[in-house]
Amino acid sequence: MEWKVGRVSDLPLLALRTGIAMAVARVSHTPAAAKLIETLRAANGDLLFHQSGGCCDGSAPMCYPLGEFKIGQRDVYLGEIAGCPIYISGPQFQYWQHTHLIIDAVPGRGAGFSLEAPEGMRFLTRSRVFTEAELDELERAGLPPRGPEAMAAVSLQTGHPHP
Amino acid sequence: MQLIVKTDTPAAALERVGAKIKIRNRYDNFIGGAWVPPAQGRYFENRTPISGEVVCEVARSTAEDIEKALDAAHAAADAWGKTAPADRAAVLFKIADRMEAHLAELATVETIDNGKPIRETMAADMPLAVDHFRYFASCIRAQEGSIAEIDETTVAYHFHEPLGVVGQIIPWNFPVLMAVWKIAPAIAAGNCVILKPAEQTPMGIMVLMDLVGDLVPPGVLNVVNGFGVEAGKPLASNPRIAKVAFTGETTTGRLIMQYAAENIIPVTLELGGKSPNIFFADVFNEDDTFFDKALEGFTMFALNQGEVCTCPSRALVQESIYDAFIERAVHRVKKVVQGNPLNPQTMIGAQASSDQLEKILSYIDIGQGEGAKVLTGGKKAELGSGLEGGYYVEPTVFEGHNKMRIFQEEIFGPVLAVAKFKTEDEALSMANDTLYGLGAGVWSRDANTCYRMGRGIKAGRVWTNCYHLYPAHAAFGGYKQSGVGRETHKMMLDHYQQTKNMLVSYSPKALGFF
Repeated sequence: MEWKVGRVSDLPLLALRTGIAMAVARVSHTPAAAKLIETLRAANGDLLFHQSGGCCDGSAPMCYPLGEFKIGQRDVYLGEIAGCPIYISGPQFQYWQHTHLIIDAVPGRGAGFSLEAPEGMRFLTRSRVFTEAELDELERAGLPPRGPEAMAAVSLQTGHPHP
Repeated sequence: MQLIVKTDTPAAALERVGAKIKIRNRYDNFIGGAWVPPAQGRYFENRTPISGEVVCEVARSTAEDIEKALDAAHAAADAWGKTAPADRAAVLFKIADRMEAHLAELATVETIDNGKPIRETMAADMPLAVDHFRYFASCIRAQEGSIAEIDETTVAYHFHEPLGVVGQIIPWNFPVLMAVWKIAPAIAAGNCVILKPAEQTPMGIMVLMDLVGDLVPPGVLNVVNGFGVEAGKPLASNPRIAKVAFTGETTTGRLIMQYAAENIIPVTLELGGKSPNIFFADVFNEDDTFFDKALEGFTMFALNQGEVCTCPSRALVQESIYDAFIERAVHRVKKVVQGNPLNPQTMIGAQASSDQLEKILSYIDIGQGEGAKVLTGGKKAELGSGLEGGYYVEPTVFEGHNKMRIFQEEIFGPVLAVAKFKTEDEALSMANDTLYGLGAGVWSRDANTCYRMGRGIKAGRVWTNCYHLYPAHAAFGGYKQSGVGRETHKMMLDHYQQTKNMLVSYSPKALGFF
């Protein structure tokens, strides 16, 4: 299944988890990101993103082979991009939750251990502020799921194999 | 020592430097005291942020190269660990002397590699790096173990012993200085090092290896270049290192801790901050030299293009002086001279990479989306005259509130977010309302205010009536998510040493248990 930018089709999946329909996606991606993800997936298998913070390459979405980075109990599951789960740390989510994240890819030299660096491309998080209506809806939907079980619960519904 | 008198192109500047020190078109790895090609024979291009031109090629290393460096380091570790502290110190002093003799050349290369102004590399990066070697040479000479008298015939001796072979992964914002912050304490303490520079800025450290590599016994200091995923990971996750040190961001910091957990080795991490710079009303009691210093302190967000882990990127200004202060402060920011980093008049140069430029612009975009007001700057700087391919951002000041993303994440660019506060309590609460705790600045003419704030702010370094000073012998490191450990102080030796306790009985008598 391929997610589209600004999709709303993941609602029922999260609804199962939260018990409430979630009509607003917290994360989406651009065609450039989808293309880079496909290249990386072909070489590395299933992937996972974790949104970084701090200095240097902070604010970059880091892309790893699924299972490489240990998702903690407080990490917040933001959704999927192009079939890859994406998480942010719990404390960082507190400060970022009013924004929708758009994962893009630009020419550049990645850093950290993110997989795309040798490709001469770099994932980049762009953001937009949720509208009042979206924020209301997100509030009604309740807190997003946390921890490694979140992606497993979602994959159960989608057939994406996230162990 | 020769200062640049006219603005060269990067290529012309490198040619001039090349007449005095070795400059290569292609850099292999520095392993076991020799230049060793990468096992897979691959290289990547290194571009200067000044113009986007390629200035050299650098080894694109893999796990095989890391293993080769580990072999060299382990072969050298026993002898280096047993080398007398005085002799190890002498090596560090010699490195410092040779760096100092070629300070202008090293500074020029660093400016080309990173894009920072030549006046900063001349006045800060290189002199601080030189001093850092001298500082840790002095520390290791002066370091003592301890003796404790447990009882009349029982004595506990505490010796410092090196860890062995350590891995270090460094960032691109102060490429040579950050390398030296990590190398100097590690080799002073008797360890052997495998260093992985940032892939954005690999050149300066390799030029340094050409300059000082012969002063260090082969295998003590090894530098392997490459991408994080291909070279950094095999180093950080390697069971043959006894410690790993990293400066960067939080997700990679966690991954490095995760690898370290598998090997049960210590880590030191410096992961950045979102440092508040707090101006109390009394700074504007007089329009004097101190007020001028405070305005400079406000403008310090533009130092090194804002690419500093402790960038004072949140200015908190007391409400009663806010309008008048901001008017003067923004005026000061507008006087920052932006241009070719090789021009000695330039105060702000190029961002270190194209993707860094993109990230900064994306934050300027979100700042505006969040409703923050641009007081000055707010866009890419178009400087022309050969710099069209470079990565330049106008010094930017936003006015907003502390919950905005631009107040909460280190943009790592020349972007300042300004907010006002009413009371000291409110200032402290805003200062601490962040995930991070690396640096902070407090400005007041009242010593008691300074003291209360300094102790109240949860950050490892509180600059008080100053900012952006990085002397050796003042500890640097973070609270909260800013990391683990303290650099630039003799206490860093503890992070590179084991404690050996010998518990000795000087009594011939049995203890009496059996």
